Amino acid sequence: MRFVVVAGTPSSGKTSVMVHTIRHLLKNNLQVAVCKIDCLQTSDDERYLSLGIPVAVGLSDYICPDHFYVSNLEEIEAWAREQKADVLILETAGLCHRCAPAVFDCLSICVIDNLIGVDTPQKIGPMLSSSDIVVITKGDIVSQAEREVFRYKVEMVNPEASILDFNGLTGQGALALKNEILASEPLAGITGKVLRSPMPAAICSYCAGETIIGQSYQMGFIKKVDFGRVKSD
Amino acid sequence: MIKHITILGGFDKNGNQEKISELKVCSGEVLAVVGPTGSGKTQLISDIEQYAEEETLTGRKILINGQPVDKPGKKSLSRLVAQVSQNMNFVIDLSIKDFLLMHARVRGISNPEQILPELLYVTNLLSGEPVTLTTNLAQLSGGQSRALMVADVAIISNAPVVLIDEIENAGIDRLQALKILTGQGKIVLVVSHDPTLMLMSKQRVVMKNGGMDKICQTTELEKRVLKDLIGLEEQVASLRERLRQGENLGAEDGIKADVEEKERRILWQEYRYTSL
Ligand SMILES: Nc1nc2c(ncn2[C@@H]2O[C@H](COP(=O)(O)OP(=O)(O)O)[C@@H](O)[C@H]2O)c(=O)[nH]1
Ligand SMILES: Nc1ncnc2c1ncn2[C@@H]1O[C@H](COP(=O)(O)OP(=O)(O)O)[C@@H](O)[C@H]1O
Ligand SMILES: [Mg+2]
Ligand SMILES: [Mg+2]
Ligand SMILES: [Zn+2]
Ligand SMILES: [Zn+2]
Repeated sequence: MRFVVVAGTPSSGKTSVMVHTIRHLLKNNLQVAVCKIDCLQTSDDERYLSLGIPVAVGLSDYICPDHFYVSNLEEIEAWAREQKADVLILETAGLCHRCAPAVFDCLSICVIDNLIGVDTPQKIGPMLSSSDIVVITKGDIVSQAEREVFRYKVEMVNPEASILDFNGLTGQGALALKNEILASEPLAGITGKVLRSPMPAAICSYCAGETIIGQSYQMGFIKKVDFGRVKSD
Repeated sequence: MIKHITILGGFDKNGNQEKISELKVCSGEVLAVVGPTGSGKTQLISDIEQYAEEETLTGRKILINGQPVDKPGKKSLSRLVAQVSQNMNFVIDLSIKDFLLMHARVRGISNPEQILPELLYVTNLLSGEPVTLTTNLAQLSGGQSRALMVADVAIISNAPVVLIDEIENAGIDRLQALKILTGQGKIVLVVSHDPTLMLMSKQRVVMKNGGMDKICQTTELEKRVLKDLIGLEEQVASLRERLRQGENLGAEDGIKADVEEKERRILWQEYRYTSL
């Protein structure tokens, strides 16, 4: 089974991109299963269900959705194998910019759009820099010039990745992405595999439900702003 | 060097073989893409943009210099095609100058400062509402944006293949834009509903139900019609300008009663007759 993790900034087109790509996988008579991770609610499952494939949803609620995702990978894999999936697509919440969900030996796709601004690729961090494939959407509504600048900035951050232009509305690019997925190595089992980038700790009193502001309410991992480091430019 | 591109026909929306099985466009040529809304004009452009290899909806295949584009080469080829369409906008928050310099550096242009005057000149030539280098991109009108995009595609992107999708309503001097883009031996495909733009190309492909249905060469008669259309447009433009300047028009401003008038009438009659 191929294990594909799809991350990306909010509303970048993750679901649109994968729906088009899954259509092509289905044409090849492959069995596809999708798991969607989100925080409080999602309607992505309906869009995937309309393809007539098995879909699971995991809501992380009060936990960082990416931490929640890592601690469920084995269960998600087991579920997908039960569905006899040849390809498992896991769409992450795309909310935590610091956590990068990429796992070694899983195909990691990062979906970003041309509208987030040319300086944003540098700020996204490991979610972009550790992915195998970067899919860039919404090129249909920005100028050729901005597309070229944006792509260049992405290449700077992740020179190793294949970069695909994708139109999430028409599906232009879906075949190329399908081919990339089929060219990736199937995964024998997720257990024991390693995150490409460690996720930051999230264990302070607020993680545990604290709501009151003030030092005496803070426990666990606490980091304070360093006001000595004045930045000017 | 791209000498020509070839579109090998695939299938229309009903899965029937396209009537046109092969269409070649050489450098320095314009191909107009015409047909009703929904007939597949944008799809044809999109097939070229992604160097289709029978894998898109249409099953078309694109050859460059007679050769299929091999997959690994696609990455470097991404810079061979530039596109301008009506839906495109600038979203970046920068001055024209800073953005153009940034784009020029990305394109590896060694003396970016030196091309700025030319870019500004072309932009203002096309838009009619002048911009300055310090204008922020976010403040540009639709026409100014499209004018800047055309100037940028012509001078900075400088791609050998340019795809233009319905820019006639963009509020720019589209004839001038086409002239600028077709200079320097580019291959230009222009999707258009505008008779003047259609006739400015050597040939036009007529789309129907998703397929390339027919190729029309621009005839000698049509070239004369084109000249006439351009003349009419100039007349309208000058009337517009005079009205904008606060003038009142005189009786002589109606139909230009010049010596060519009789000839023009004959031409139009002839045209109507032959096109019936
Ligand atoms: N214009 C344009 N819109 C797109 C494109 N891709 C996605 N969208 C739109 O962007 C919005 C968010 O897409 P969605 O797939 O839900 O993003 P997700 O939140 O990352 O899964 C939707 O309204 C899509 O129709 C694209 O390439 N071009
Ligand atoms: N040969 C074809 N086979 C299947 N679908 C097609 C074909 N050509 C075009 N289409 C689809 O038809 C719709 C309208 O085509 P489009 O290119 O947008 O038309 P136009 O630009 O002429 O208005 C699009 O969804 C397009 O993908
Ligand atoms: Mg989604
Ligand atoms: Mg169109
Ligand atoms: Zn996180
Ligand atoms: Zn916390």
